[in-house]
Amino acid sequence: MRRRWIAPSAVVWIIVAAAFFLIPLVATLLFSLRSIQTNKCCSGDAYSLIIHDHQFWATIRVSFVLSLETIVISLLLFVPTTYWVHLKLPRLRPVLGFMALIPFVVPPIVLVVGLLNLYKGAPDWFYAKPYGFLATAYVILAFPYMYFSLDAGFRSIDLHTLTEASQSLGASWRTTLTRVILPNIRAAALGGSFLTLAIVMGEFTIASLANFKTFPTYIQIVNESQPYQAAALALLSFLIVWAAMLALLFIGRGRPRPAQVAATR
Amino acid sequence: MAYLELEELRRAFGPVVALDGINISMKKGEFLSLLGPSGCGKTTALRLVAGFDRPDGGSIVIDGKDITRVSPNHRDMGMVFQAYSLFPNLTAEQNVEFGLRIRKNKRAPRRKRVAELLELVGLGHAGKRYPHQLSGGMQQRVALARALAIEPRVLLLDEPLSALDAKVRVQLREEIRRIQTQLGITTLYVTHDQEEALSVSDHVAVMWSGRIEQIGTPSEMYSAPATPFVAEFIGTMNRIEAVVVDGDRGEVEHDGTRLTVDTARGRRKGERVLVLVRPELLVLEPSENAGGENTLAGEVVTHTFLGSVTRVKILGSEAELTADVPTARVDSLPVGLKVNALVPVAGTRLLSLSQEPASDGPDPGDR
Repeated sequence: MRRRWIAPSAVVWIIVAAAFFLIPLVATLLFSLRSIQTNKCCSGDAYSLIIHDHQFWATIRVSFVLSLETIVISLLLFVPTTYWVHLKLPRLRPVLGFMALIPFVVPPIVLVVGLLNLYKGAPDWFYAKPYGFLATAYVILAFPYMYFSLDAGFRSIDLHTLTEASQSLGASWRTTLTRVILPNIRAAALGGSFLTLAIVMGEFTIASLANFKTFPTYIQIVNESQPYQAAALALLSFLIVWAAMLALLFIGRGRPRPAQVAATR
Repeated sequence: MAYLELEELRRAFGPVVALDGINISMKKGEFLSLLGPSGCGKTTALRLVAGFDRPDGGSIVIDGKDITRVSPNHRDMGMVFQAYSLFPNLTAEQNVEFGLRIRKNKRAPRRKRVAELLELVGLGHAGKRYPHQLSGGMQQRVALARALAIEPRVLLLDEPLSALDAKVRVQLREEIRRIQTQLGITTLYVTHDQEEALSVSDHVAVMWSGRIEQIGTPSEMYSAPATPFVAEFIGTMNRIEAVVVDGDRGEVEHDGTRLTVDTARGRRKGERVLVLVRPELLVLEPSENAGGENTLAGEVVTHTFLGSVTRVKILGSEAELTADVPTARVDSLPVGLKVNALVPVAGTRLLSLSQEPASDGPDPGDR
């Protein structure tokens, strides 16, 4: 078998890219390991303080629950919508694509001021609680990530034929969506979900301006007065995102990929 | 009594008329093929029967019940699609089982039925494989088993073999016919391949421009085409334009040559007609050997080897003729040789040129 060589220029670029990503992380890690008393390496004080701070657990819980809520609402809203648009109203696809870009164009400050005015007078359980107001804002923020992931997923399957095959076998629209279509766009839905998770776990502007305490606002508060703990928190948030990505990879490996086609074809 | 009836079925997509009032009547257990070129409306007709589309007019009746407005999931139609339509997330077994699970059949009989059907299509060993682990032919067999699993009232097949290679197509079409005969299931088959349609069907309906040109048995379609389009579409046909000169004796004139054909008897003198002759009925002789009676003169221009016969193209002064000659004899008819093509008195078809459709191309409304 021929041995595969990696071009020297590729090795250089890999090293440059690795350095670009790893140097800040290593620096942050070293910084977070400094002792709070002596300012010298190495101590786990910052991590210990963070882990024993009830605010850390409370805010991470809020952000995590908000992420899940946003994911569930987004999936319930966008999966049937995108499915229907692909199936019955393909002319609306560019319109949806354009609408999905709006959260990128409208600055978060404008969005939050608009939403605060819009929902002024709404019941307290919605307006004053993160799981109501913030979740609504985050569904809007997550729209492009969820929509474009789902759009790619729906484009990758023969939606019309699968739908018609399912219906001819007696399945209703709901059964077709849940038992035929959804399992076949699982990777796309998971991709959108984890992007949403990452966004909500890191969203600061809206939460701060609307005066809610979430994980990012907690990081900011810690960052103002406790630099070593802030560095530790930054690394912890990285770990959370990495864990989410690994979970995506793990779940996405549920069935053999089409590339592994048997030699029978 | 008719089991499936399509009555005056109409469907238009904007200005394009895909179906222009078609009527089809099928008996229970019959195998009927809708045959025609792309855009003739055959797939539109099948989709209307399946319920994936609604007609603008007309009705679809099964076993005496009008199902025109019934949704596809309540029609009990098994369908095999042109594109591979197996659910990629399910194994072959689970695909076949899908319709039975929807119907909430009990597990044990369901499993038994799945195993029987996979055996029936020759894939008893491949039940645990996912669609991407199956060849195209195997996928279509599983799709057939899946469609049959629900014991459909009508089996609909939309060009199920078009994506397969030639050898597999022949093998699978024979299997489809075997299974259809074995189960006695009413089957509506859409294809643009005339050989496929003629070889498996009880009846064939040739479609063109949203209309049915002719319905008949395969042998009727081949030997007695009702329109020039059918004549042209089913097999190869020589078309000789002529004028009736003596209806009593069955004489027509083409380019100054008189021909006697039985089918011209009783025709009005001066009527413009099309004499249709199959290539296998034309007999070629070198010019010096033939007597010239009932013959058309021409020159051999090409040979196309087709196995036991060779197709010889002859260019006359007015018409281009095609004749099938036994391959063993073709050396005596080299390219460039002047020949006479003997037109048989019996066995030809004659169509009045007024029957020729106005347009000469299919519409683009098919999907």
